[in-house]
Amino acid sequence: MHAVAPSEIDRAGSSVPSDDRRVIEALRRGDEHAFLALVNKHHAAMLRVASAYVSNRAVAEEVVQEAWLGILKGLASFEGRSSLRSWIFGILANCARSRGVREARTTPFSSFADPEEDELAVDPSRFLGSDHPRWPGHWAAPPEQWADEKVLAKQTVRFIGEEIEKLPPAQRQVVTLRDVEGWNSAEICAALGISEGNERVLLHRARSRIRAALERRLGEEQR
Amino acid sequence: MTARLPREITCRELVRIVTEYLEGALPLDERTRFEQHLVYCKGCSVYLRQMRDTLRATGRLSEESVPPSARDELLRAFRSFHKAGT
Repeated sequence: MHAVAPSEIDRAGSSVPSDDRRVIEALRRGDEHAFLALVNKHHAAMLRVASAYVSNRAVAEEVVQEAWLGILKGLASFEGRSSLRSWIFGILANCARSRGVREARTTPFSSFADPEEDELAVDPSRFLGSDHPRWPGHWAAPPEQWADEKVLAKQTVRFIGEEIEKLPPAQRQVVTLRDVEGWNSAEICAALGISEGNERVLLHRARSRIRAALERRLGEEQR
Repeated sequence: MTARLPREITCRELVRIVTEYLEGALPLDERTRFEQHLVYCKGCSVYLRQMRDTLRATGRLSEESVPPSARDELLRAFRSFHKAGT
């Protein structure tokens, strides 16, 4: 036993988990269950990430199919220098990018500071003004707690999926990888070629928008 | 010598830095002020809770299933790939 905190391994991001090795071996053997499990695990997120590069859902679906073929081809030579999932999403990003080029709709990540630079997470009118004598900058209209069963209801989860589709591409990618797929920020920065600060800003905007949309929806239901 | 009282943060500021807080990216002193604010501010406690609820529900999206048509097509590709002998 050696004492390495899980977060240390995470941060290094380079140790190949034995899980990955098992999956890769199964795939090389032609194990269909292992393949379907992998498809199930990543397909939806791959669609969301791909759709950031191309013009519509149908094209994104083609890109994901193409990526899977690339993954099958590459499997024989995959050396496990990165985790299986970052390898998979790397192939996906390549496919999506070249498809985006052909569609003349490239989205260079460097230009991903979006126009709504100063967008606030919460409508400013919900706070007291900075000139308020006693409570400047405090809630004028504080949020209300959501019922647990509503938060985790299937319709709510589906609604969040729809809201993620509406996000600007970079936010959609970051929130998908971080909050749906559970990647850590170092992995995301490496995969998308962005700085940690940029990643956090995109994540913050995405999460804030999703929360606000949920608040509108659940608030209406409660009324 | 008296310890200087840290400047309090406002609700508006808390909302702005909530992601940094949840991602563990706040410097210690800001983190402390953030948590001190939560102690007396019900509105911000609920806000943070809503954020955590949002993350929990978003995480459930990973359980989405693949449409059968796409699934079958991929499975066919996988089979023919293996028949071709890799």
